[in-house]
Amino acid sequence: MLAKLFKFHGGVKPDSRKTASTQRPIAPLPLAPQLVVPLHQSIGGTPRPMVAAGERVLKGQPIGAAEGPVSAAVHAPTSGIVRAIEERTMPHPSGLAAACVVIESDGEDRWIEREPIPWQSMPGDELRDFLRDAGVVGLGGATFPSHIKLRPGDKPTHTLVLNGAECEPFITCDDMLMRERAGEIVRGALIMARMLRVERVLIGIEDNKPEAIAAMREAAREGVEVVAIPTLYPAGGEKQLLRVLTGVEVAAGRRPVEFGLQCFNVGTAYRVARAIDHAEPLISRIVTVAGNVEAPGNFEVAIGTPIDALLAAGKPLPGTDRILMGGPMMGFALPTTTAPVVKGTNCILVGDPTLLPPPPPEMACIRCGTCAQHCPADLQPFELYWYGRAHNFGKAQEYHLFDCIECGCCSYVCPSNIPLVDYFRYTKGEIWAREREKSAADSARERFEARNERQEREKREKAEKLAAKAAATRQKLADKEDAGDAPAAPATSPAEEAKKALIAAALERAKQQKSQVRPRNTDNLSADKLAEIDEIEARRTQPPGATIEPPESK
Amino acid sequence: MSHSPYLRQARSVRQIMLHVLIALLPGVLAWSWQFGVGVLVQLGLATVTAVAAEALMLRLRGRPVAMYVGDLSAVVTAWLIALTLPSIAPWWIVVVATLTAIVVAKHLYGGLGQNPFNPAMVAFCTMIVAFPALMSQWPAAGLDVSHQLDLIFGGHRQLDAITAATPLDALRTGLREGGADARVAEIMQGSAFGAVGGAGWEWVVAGFGLGGLYLLWQRVITWHLPLAFLATMAAISLLLWGMHPERFASPLLHLASGGTMLAAFFIVTDPVSGATTPRGKLVFAGGVAFIAYMIRSFGNYPDGIAFAVLLMNICVPLIDMNTQPAVFGHKRGSR
Amino acid sequence: MLEALLVMAGIALVLGAGLGYAAIRFKVQGDPLVDKIDAILPQTQCGQCGFPGCRPYANAIADGDADINQCPPGGDEGVRKLADLLGREYKPLNEEHGVEKPKCVAIIDEQTCIGCTLCIQACPVDAIVGAAKQMHTVVEAECTGCELCIAPCPVDCITMEPIPETVQNWKWKYPTIPISRAA
Ligand code: SF4
Ligand code: SF4
Ligand code: SF4
Ligand code: SF4
Repeated sequence: MLAKLFKFHGGVKPDSRKTASTQRPIAPLPLAPQLVVPLHQSIGGTPRPMVAAGERVLKGQPIGAAEGPVSAAVHAPTSGIVRAIEERTMPHPSGLAAACVVIESDGEDRWIEREPIPWQSMPGDELRDFLRDAGVVGLGGATFPSHIKLRPGDKPTHTLVLNGAECEPFITCDDMLMRERAGEIVRGALIMARMLRVERVLIGIEDNKPEAIAAMREAAREGVEVVAIPTLYPAGGEKQLLRVLTGVEVAAGRRPVEFGLQCFNVGTAYRVARAIDHAEPLISRIVTVAGNVEAPGNFEVAIGTPIDALLAAGKPLPGTDRILMGGPMMGFALPTTTAPVVKGTNCILVGDPTLLPPPPPEMACIRCGTCAQHCPADLQPFELYWYGRAHNFGKAQEYHLFDCIECGCCSYVCPSNIPLVDYFRYTKGEIWAREREKSAADSARERFEARNERQEREKREKAEKLAAKAAATRQKLADKEDAGDAPAAPATSPAEEAKKALIAAALERAKQQKSQVRPRNTDNLSADKLAEIDEIEARRTQPPGATIEPPESK
Repeated sequence: MSHSPYLRQARSVRQIMLHVLIALLPGVLAWSWQFGVGVLVQLGLATVTAVAAEALMLRLRGRPVAMYVGDLSAVVTAWLIALTLPSIAPWWIVVVATLTAIVVAKHLYGGLGQNPFNPAMVAFCTMIVAFPALMSQWPAAGLDVSHQLDLIFGGHRQLDAITAATPLDALRTGLREGGADARVAEIMQGSAFGAVGGAGWEWVVAGFGLGGLYLLWQRVITWHLPLAFLATMAAISLLLWGMHPERFASPLLHLASGGTMLAAFFIVTDPVSGATTPRGKLVFAGGVAFIAYMIRSFGNYPDGIAFAVLLMNICVPLIDMNTQPAVFGHKRGSR
Repeated sequence: MLEALLVMAGIALVLGAGLGYAAIRFKVQGDPLVDKIDAILPQTQCGQCGFPGCRPYANAIADGDADINQCPPGGDEGVRKLADLLGREYKPLNEEHGVEKPKCVAIIDEQTCIGCTLCIQACPVDAIVGAAKQMHTVVEAECTGCELCIAPCPVDCITMEPIPETVQNWKWKYPTIPISRAA
């Protein structure tokens, strides 16, 4: 049966260059002597380490537990000894470091005790927790913890979509996975379909992968449909693929599940099957090595393997000027190749100036609109560029900057060679930073106000107590002396005094602040300050409930 | 270090401009075949002036000269100027027009990409306001070369014998002189008119039309602008002609004369000063056609395209802002 | 001529009166301007502006008692935003009040802390937790970096540390063209 296909706006057709790395089967990469497993490998909370330096770990043993509602566990990719938990350079465009578990392999590759789980009889929540603890995350690039997406929505989900489009040039890891392990992908899909209670599974594959389509069709079961979709970058974008396969345009800021759809990468489906059938956590993945290399191909690599080890297998040729992680459209140049392979690593692309030519100089935008014609999100990139450059962030947001999926189509076609996406990434980062600052400021304001209120209240209560006490004393005195004029006015006076003292103290603090270059604090304190400290000390040493006199006016 | 995407498959600005120049060729050839080589001289003059002015301005503004001169945008502007001026206008008109376009309309506004007005049209309007007489003398078909050169470079201008009005001009004059009795059909018996449009001009128009198809085929322009322009022009003229065939020229005359084809494919399609969104393009080109028709038929100038373009240029930010296409995920029905 | 002038003047008068009336009639209750100013201020509550907190400074700006360039934590951008909001001329930060510094958080050296609670009382946003005679610590997420807790500490155990750049808060830089290719 041929499903009706839909179109998304724009897109580009870069040369796919996938044949070189599909010439040989997926090969396991030999285990590296030292593996560096970053704790933070998925969107969400950073897992908390469960092992300590010097500890012995087995293959598949959890070393980081999921932290917070959105998070997934990480595991030891092989058996060995934890050498350290320390900051190591991450495979990230920033080149910054983050906490990693460094494991020295003992060469035995000994598994932890495993047993398949009775998933069919398990309650959904337990099964999802199992997947979370197996560290299963989306392998299409976003590394979103899968268990969250497997919770059935409020509305019933009707279609599960597997993304086998793999639209970026050079990358073939999903292609090879589908060719070689179609059965397990379909199995994973059926498990997920059952968890989501959906009847229909669509597997979208770009029509430039006939072998993968054939293999998947072979493996497909009842209710699973393999659909060849036209090759057009970025057909593998989640919302674009859903649009092509189902015609549904998932609204901005909403999730597919709200439209009765759910989408996973084929690699994720494979990992789900492995986790459930073999209790095998996500400790390895398939990575394409392509580009300017002698031996392009796909490798099954343990997470944490240094990228250098992958490069050694691919053998870069002379002329190499950079190593990318990801494809040429959305990948990034690795600051260092000592960084480890992580769950989100799909491709190591070895670049040279002919494969990835250096960009020609940026010229002025001529408002030709070519970028808009190719934008799969129907944006007006040149307007976004304009406002981003002018730091007019509000306008950029009005023009839907945050609907940009950073696919790079606009930069790809711009006749003026403007690195549009660079501007968008910059603008987004700035806006995020401002929002963070804004919410921090809001919370600071709230806390400040709460504190002021509390102080006011305390002061008031103290003053009231004092007044009551004073009144009582006077009453006593009056009783003694039989004099009749009970005072009412003084009730406010101690409060005022206290306020004055506080203001004086605050002023003093401010003064101090201005002149506070001197590091010592105690020896240049004024008498007031010392008095204040004494007062606090006194209050501290008083048994609770006792009151002390407010400082007298000065 | 540069960032993704690391691949590009863009046509450079230079390539785009080259396509435009190529597309102009058929019209230019038809022109020089019908009206002599004066137009080629003007093209040369304008090109040299434009390139020199562009280089000078870039140097003054501290921009990379070779890179921006190499984008050929100045040459395209120059050609458009030369093709809108009468091909027997004196040389200094061409030079002044080109300087106006490049220096004032382009660089004083910030250079390529920043100019709110179409430079060629700014130049044309300045000239027609400043030198109305010189700007309305067009060569009669078959004027010989030496005569033309003499007119361009020589001092004295003995005109009546050798110049002719453009068809639109002839129509306007005829209607005005004839008063209430004038009939379009009779005026069109005159020598300025050919089978469908102006004598000789039909070929030029066909040439530009051909070039326009080339641009469409090469995807340098999209169909929105030319179609909206031509369709609007045809629609209004059809309407008025249908009501008063004796007072208004037929749509055919309007489409096949004046700068209609040149404007449809080469002038309203200027990306920088025009609207950019698909719907905005329709509005923009339709607006130009409407205003141009009004000026042609009711105004004081024989052809109003240039003024119409400038007027619509002013509205571009407004048009673009109000014709934003729905962004993915914000469309109706995707809620 | 005179007539025209008179007419113009008359129109101006009428319009002016109308506007004046509208301004009084439709005056918004409360003072949204102060809120708007306060929203721009960074809420560090450090007092460097010379006022005991951001809100008082906002009030002072709104009343015209303070200039817009007195808040160092808000920095240049803050001054620009204020200038924008109030339609005033931008002016550089007044050095008297301090200079813009990278954002920091306070760290208490837990070995040295004697638990005197002085910093707790100084902290405008209750970002320090601890009890008398017990070790105190700063809740980094809440600390505004105001430095008010440094001065009161009798044993000098509080230091300001710049917030480190991490993979999570790292930002893409403004696109620049390499020099070698700019020509
Ligand atoms: S493609 Fe480039 S030059 Fe054309 S409008 Fe977009 S940003 Fe401007
Ligand atoms: S990077 Fe953003 S703006 Fe550019 S084409 Fe892709 S979605 Fe559109
Ligand atoms: S100087 Fe400090 S207290 Fe004053 S406004 Fe700025 S952050 Fe707030
Ligand atoms: S902990 Fe110190 S620096 Fe941080 S907000 Fe409190 S007083 Fe200011």
